[in-house]
Amino acid sequence: MSTEVKSAPSEAILAKEPSEPLFSKRNKKLLSDPLNDSNPITVQVLGICSALAITVQVKQAIVMSLSVLAVLIGGNLIISLIRNVIPSRIRIIVQLVVVASLVILVDQVLKAYVYDVSKALSVFVGLIITNCIIMGRLEAFALANKPWPSVLDAIGNAAGYGWILIVIAVVREAFGSGSLMGFKFIPDAWLISNGGFYAHNNMMILPPMALIVVGIIIWIQRAKNKALIEEH
Amino acid sequence: MLELVNIFVKAIFIENMIFAYFLGMCSYLAVSKTVKTGVGLGAAVVFVLGITVPVNYLLENYVLSEGALSWIDGIMGYAGEDAVFATIDLSFLSFIMFIAIIASMVQLVEMAVEKFAPALYGALGIFLPLIAVNCSILGGALFMQERQYSTIAEATSFGLGSGVGWFLAIVAIAAIREKIKYSNVPAPLRGLGITFIITGLMGIAFMAFMGIEL
Repeated sequence: MSTEVKSAPSEAILAKEPSEPLFSKRNKKLLSDPLNDSNPITVQVLGICSALAITVQVKQAIVMSLSVLAVLIGGNLIISLIRNVIPSRIRIIVQLVVVASLVILVDQVLKAYVYDVSKALSVFVGLIITNCIIMGRLEAFALANKPWPSVLDAIGNAAGYGWILIVIAVVREAFGSGSLMGFKFIPDAWLISNGGFYAHNNMMILPPMALIVVGIIIWIQRAKNKALIEEH
Repeated sequence: MLELVNIFVKAIFIENMIFAYFLGMCSYLAVSKTVKTGVGLGAAVVFVLGITVPVNYLLENYVLSEGALSWIDGIMGYAGEDAVFATIDLSFLSFIMFIAIIASMVQLVEMAVEKFAPALYGALGIFLPLIAVNCSILGGALFMQERQYSTIAEATSFGLGSGVGWFLAIVAIAAIREKIKYSNVPAPLRGLGITFIITGLMGIAFMAFMGIEL
């Protein structure tokens, strides 16, 4: 209760100020920061759980990124709208219920329209509920900010998650099965089994290679962005 | 009995939560800086998986899946066309029910441990709340649902096995990270990057178990 009393006057002051433009400098930063400086996967280390297992094919990675985008926007918006009425003791449960309901919606939509991808994603659609990005953003951002910045933050973070996912999937699918989005760019005649000279790198299809590809992405990113380097 | 041992061993080595499915990676990476915290979180995961998987198994088989509610027909004495409960399929609710069970079980376990084993609570205390959002717990429940274990004993043995596999993984990486402080890792790879690559290499080593048929 005390927080409500404290926040009431400051909100009244905010309301008198001229409202900031929809894409002010601060709002643009919310969109662009998660792409590099505070990327959810490579810097904040959130959402790795479901990110790696579904990057064997680009199509799955895109569907997964879109699902996370939908859940994150919905979750951030709803939590931000009701942030002043959630008692802080039970906020985790409230967040879980909101996220779980959104994930059920996404799961039913995937089952209805892209059944084969939904089958391939198997348990990982359900695991969006415990995807740390979602809980992390709800907890760290939506609970303390207005709806519009929360939506922007959701889009930024989902995009930051999505581009890493798609890069990993492109590398793995291109080297592992010689195709992109299911389109084969290595002719069958090149394969050794057909008397050619080329062999797919089957390592890339195995789960551990996803980790190594992420490790290399982190290496490249931190070599360019020295501020992110850790001391052991 | 042999079947139970098979499921247990399979869950630890062949279908290891970390190395085969990457579940629980967030806390695996965040809490593996020292062996001591790794052991604490690992023990908490074994504990919670061992409890939530069987509870979710009961929920799945007596409430959620298609025809699971037919026991109500038995009690009410409905038969034939009157047996309406046997036709209900609530499986679309499983995500929200599983996560609700997990969150409340974690809370219950935390309170029980605090009351009856204060020493254990001191060791696990800060890790238990983290576990409600650990992907490996929900993952355990969802894999249990997907693989359709036939008895509750099998589900329990799968839950415990997955937990022990996770425990092994986090203790191993914590031990490696303690030692790697002394080696000369390229600056941009330090910390997170090298941990990812080591986990990948450990995963490749664990793939050797994949050929084993149990």
